[in-house]
Amino acid sequence: MTTPSATDQDAARHKPRHDLFGRKKRIDDLADSGVSLTTDAWRRLRRNPVFLLGAAIIALFVLAAIFANLLAPQDPSVTMLADQVSRARNAIPPAQPGHPLGGDQFGYDLLSRLIVGSRQTLLVGVLATLIGLAGGLVLGTLAGALGGWVDTLVMRVVDVLLSVPSLLLAISITALFSQGSLYTVIVAVAVVQIPVFARLLRGSLLAQRDSDHVLAARSLGIKPGPIVFRHMLPNAISPVIVQSTLVLATSIIDAAALSFLGVGNPDRSRPEWGQMLGEAQGFIDSHPSLAFYPAGCIVLVALGFTLVGESLREALDPKNRR
Amino acid sequence: MLRFTVRRVLQLVVVIAVLALLLFAWLRSLPGGPASALCGDRCSEAAKAQLQASLGLDRSLPVQLGSFIGRVVSGDFGTSTGVQPGVGAAQIFLDRFPATVELALAAIVLAIVLGVPLGYFSARRRGTWLDNAGVVGSLIGVAVPVFFLAFLLKYVFAVRLGWLPAAGRQSVDINATKVTGFATIDGLFTGELDATWDALTHLVLPAVTLATIPFAVVFRITRAAVLGVLDEDYVRTAEAKGLLARTIRSRHVLRNAMLPVVTTIGLQVGALLAGAVLTETVFAYRGLGDALATAFRERDYSVLQVLILAAAVVYVVVNLLVDLSYALIDPRVRTR
Repeated sequence: MTTPSATDQDAARHKPRHDLFGRKKRIDDLADSGVSLTTDAWRRLRRNPVFLLGAAIIALFVLAAIFANLLAPQDPSVTMLADQVSRARNAIPPAQPGHPLGGDQFGYDLLSRLIVGSRQTLLVGVLATLIGLAGGLVLGTLAGALGGWVDTLVMRVVDVLLSVPSLLLAISITALFSQGSLYTVIVAVAVVQIPVFARLLRGSLLAQRDSDHVLAARSLGIKPGPIVFRHMLPNAISPVIVQSTLVLATSIIDAAALSFLGVGNPDRSRPEWGQMLGEAQGFIDSHPSLAFYPAGCIVLVALGFTLVGESLREALDPKNRR
Repeated sequence: MLRFTVRRVLQLVVVIAVLALLLFAWLRSLPGGPASALCGDRCSEAAKAQLQASLGLDRSLPVQLGSFIGRVVSGDFGTSTGVQPGVGAAQIFLDRFPATVELALAAIVLAIVLGVPLGYFSARRRGTWLDNAGVVGSLIGVAVPVFFLAFLLKYVFAVRLGWLPAAGRQSVDINATKVTGFATIDGLFTGELDATWDALTHLVLPAVTLATIPFAVVFRITRAAVLGVLDEDYVRTAEAKGLLARTIRSRHVLRNAMLPVVTTIGLQVGALLAGAVLTETVFAYRGLGDALATAFRERDYSVLQVLILAAAVVYVVVNLLVDLSYALIDPRVRTR
């Protein structure tokens, strides 16, 4: 990008702050046009309270996951309060010294399971997103870069996968395994995301293929491989990055939905919020707090990723620069 | 327009055919194979062998595929083993289809009626606290797991306050006459207005739950689309021509902003079907979603194949209709 001349900058500075009908122009509209899109995006992100809030929420939970063993007051895999649980009397261990949130319906310490659960939940979200992203990158690049029959074939498969509602597809995949586990959940949630990423990347690569800079590279005699990886992919990737931030949120929610439907991870020795929420549903009338805590954590984390994703989308959208 | 329609219908046929193939492959990859899957967990070896032969699993794969396609085309999906044992799987689908259509329609209407105007006003008052509250609210709406919201609403409005029924589609003691299978309008035909009212009260909580995510999405897309259109040159031109603000809003802003909104509504149908599985389970609302969840839990694969195929067909057909309506609204699409 060429450096704007002094008169251009003057013109930008003196652009009216209100349009004809008195609608206020945003400060963003007046941003300098002499910096790269990423620099400009980062500059706007740092000032965006929505982004900062989302990032703070994520940081909080990531820290909790890293230091879970230090933070958890009790061992989350031992049913130490089991003697206070009674199905007949509908009794669940109340809050008590050493157990600030009390116990759950099995006698586990609730707070410890919430803290340690952040690990599995974030693991599910991150792994599922990475696998989905990797699959989508391969398929999307093949379709968008090669075109022709490869494109047609890949996009038909993607169409078919997208024609099955995502949750249904995820449950169908878990049914292929005889025993549910954390990893079947991750695979199921990941596979559902592959067609979404593939279609997004293909669309954005197609837009690149006809652009002037790719034409220029081609006319310079650069080979197709480097054109795709050096010239097209880097310019096509930003919607995919935005999407993966948002998918982090949906995959955590989807994994929770699988647990709720009873096709999730049955292993209780490693707690996970979706599983805790799913198993608390029988107690919603008598002990709603058992469901509220894990649900609250899921909502917060999902909200954190969504806030970051949305503000990234806004910041990386060239339309918002002007 | 005709060529566009024909091309899209052909694409749809291909997608459904490939889907049927995938379903065939899926049933064959289930742990234990389709015989033990169709037969259920409590199946004797003899019964399993008999089923194996009657299903033709001892014959070659192309023959099996042929008979599978024959059964799909003729609508013979076998009998249910878990959802309603002994009842035909196709019959279960027909029984439950109206319930889910009713629920999904109520939800999507709610989402559009609230989402479009609120999104529009949010865009016109961009940056005010009302706008910010709307945006944050819609983000939270997407982040809340559907089934948890269902529990929350049920706990507050049914269990605590007792304003609305907690479960089911209609009270048992109503004894409504069945005409169309749509509980809310059957009463209008037979004059049993109490039955219609009862069905409506049962519909409120599930519909509100199911409407949350589509509402949030419609709200945000409308807001973004209106904001995008407000900056367009043709809106400025219309302003410069001295057109009435009202005319500009309805003819230039809203009409153009509606294009992405219509597409989004079509895409939400898939989310609605998925949401229906969770919502119907919590509210014991006997529709397709509830049948699906039960079928998976009970490993009732004859019901599952109907429901999965039907869900996909509905989804693809609705998106075809959306594409066609899109072509009606926007003449530019037809030429592409």
